[in-house]
Amino acid sequence: MSSVASQSPEFPTRRLAVVSSGLSQPSSTRLLADRLADATVRRLEAEGVETEVRLIELRDVAQDITNNLLTGFPSPRLATAIETVTEADGLIMVTPIFTTSYSGLFKSFIDVLDPQSLTDMPVLLGATGGTERHSLALDYAMRPLFSYLHAVAVPTSVYAASSDWGSGADAGQSTLPDRIERAAGELAALVRVSERSTRIVDPFALPNGFSPVGGYGAQ
Amino acid sequence: MQFGIFTVGDVTIDPTNGIEPTEHERIKAMLTIAQKAEEVGLDVFATGEHHNPPFVPSSPTTMLGYLAAKTERIILSTSTTLITTNDPVKIAEDYAMLQHIADGRVDLMMGRGNTGPVYPWFGKDIREGIPLAIENYALLRRLWDEDVVNWQGKFRTPLQGFTSTPRPLDGVAPFVWHGSIRSPEIAEQAAYYGDGFFANNIFWPKEHYMQLIGYYRQRFEHYGHGTAAEAIVGLGGQAFMRKNSQDAVNEFRPYFDNAPVYGHGPSLEDFTAQTPLAVGSPQQVIDRYASMRDSFGDYQRQLFLMDHAGLPLKIVLEQLDILGEEVVPALRKEFAKNRPANVPDGPTHASLLAARSAQQSAPSEIQENAQANVAGGAK
Repeated sequence: MSSVASQSPEFPTRRLAVVSSGLSQPSSTRLLADRLADATVRRLEAEGVETEVRLIELRDVAQDITNNLLTGFPSPRLATAIETVTEADGLIMVTPIFTTSYSGLFKSFIDVLDPQSLTDMPVLLGATGGTERHSLALDYAMRPLFSYLHAVAVPTSVYAASSDWGSGADAGQSTLPDRIERAAGELAALVRVSERSTRIVDPFALPNGFSPVGGYGAQ
Repeated sequence: MQFGIFTVGDVTIDPTNGIEPTEHERIKAMLTIAQKAEEVGLDVFATGEHHNPPFVPSSPTTMLGYLAAKTERIILSTSTTLITTNDPVKIAEDYAMLQHIADGRVDLMMGRGNTGPVYPWFGKDIREGIPLAIENYALLRRLWDEDVVNWQGKFRTPLQGFTSTPRPLDGVAPFVWHGSIRSPEIAEQAAYYGDGFFANNIFWPKEHYMQLIGYYRQRFEHYGHGTAAEAIVGLGGQAFMRKNSQDAVNEFRPYFDNAPVYGHGPSLEDFTAQTPLAVGSPQQVIDRYASMRDSFGDYQRQLFLMDHAGLPLKIVLEQLDILGEEVVPALRKEFAKNRPANVPDGPTHASLLAARSAQQSAPSEIQENAQANVAGGAK
């Protein structure tokens, strides 16, 4: 899936990674992920920024994630998914809320990432659930997780309960499309100026002050 | 090129019959396995060091000292010696002693260890793992290379006027390998000292190690020990063999499926595709390992893990027969083909002695300059 806008020399193509950890196929989690991605791409398009979207359904790599937890290394397929996420300019992370929090599969995927790899990453957080009662899980579970990882979570996160897919405008209440638009606008603003996908990371960079003879104070 | 085996020393239930060896049985089995390794013509036996169950080898020099008396030719080594939680002074003493007892058939591999609680049990902080490894090794190096050491560091009581005894055999310290899975600091230190770098790649895909070894080779050259191709590289390996490859797969599968580390995870087929584990006929194992140099360059030492996951002693000894009689001779031939003349063999006490006398009879420019500076300073 990709969207093409007029090429802007000022802003090279941005990479947006979308992670959906819905378990059924199709899932409402994937539905929300797609709506968030489309809205973000449209916002960037309006700014003249071309965006390449890569979607990862964690269900497809669920076995690989478990194996990585056990062996300590990712299969080639999972390694590709991890690179897609860590080398993006922005992320959309959507999970179902299970038993008051993000799903176990979602957290397991986070657990196989290098904890430093999402530093400075613009992230839009989304969640789905049966009822509105779990919407605060975004703020007490999802948001602290990404704060710990030093990612930049946009202020608006989007929760979609089953009823949201059939609700119209109500006095004083925003609809799901309103919330999607607002969150997408916030993410697009950060992705537009992100340079993450063009960064070159040296995996062998030595820490400052390192000396092979014990530069930590030995003489 | 040196071929050998390395052991973790785990006590693991044989999943095919539920039998768990006692610690005593496992220790005796390790001694038998080491002597068998010499008997079938292997060059190296290396033991791990662990300080928690289900592992038995907490005291490697005791084990290797016994083996020194029972063997004649094989190099006795470690995989690994914990440079983080052991006192470097005790390592210097223990391994110099072992070196004398074994008439020089000793080298060792530095490692940080992967069991968190071992650090606090030995009074250390795991968050300081790398600084501990770097500082302790730098001290160990000096204890072997200098007769009298004055030293002060962050992690250990200072030393004034200390001489580690016995002095290394013939004044040449045991060769040191540095084992690492991912830390560039360790590769950097190995390169700085011109030591060996051992990539224990048995649980990880090769692409990762191609990068890490490439980095070590580059830094080895940077520090002036030779070209990148001349750097001293060792690799891990793992194999299970039977005449018919399907027999090997069937027999090994229950051990694989229940093994510590990777058991109950990926399938045997995925794991053999993604790591150096080779399960099949001897020829399949030969083909697999003959291709290692294509990924990592010509190297000096290949160690195989043969005795883990609850495999009974009888099967391990059969495996060693196949390894020593069929696989290693064929690999020796393969590795000798087109091996550039400047790529060194695996280091031994004799080769280190020879290198030192060559250096002494033809002082290098650097040494001459150093001497000139000393002379200049004395005026």
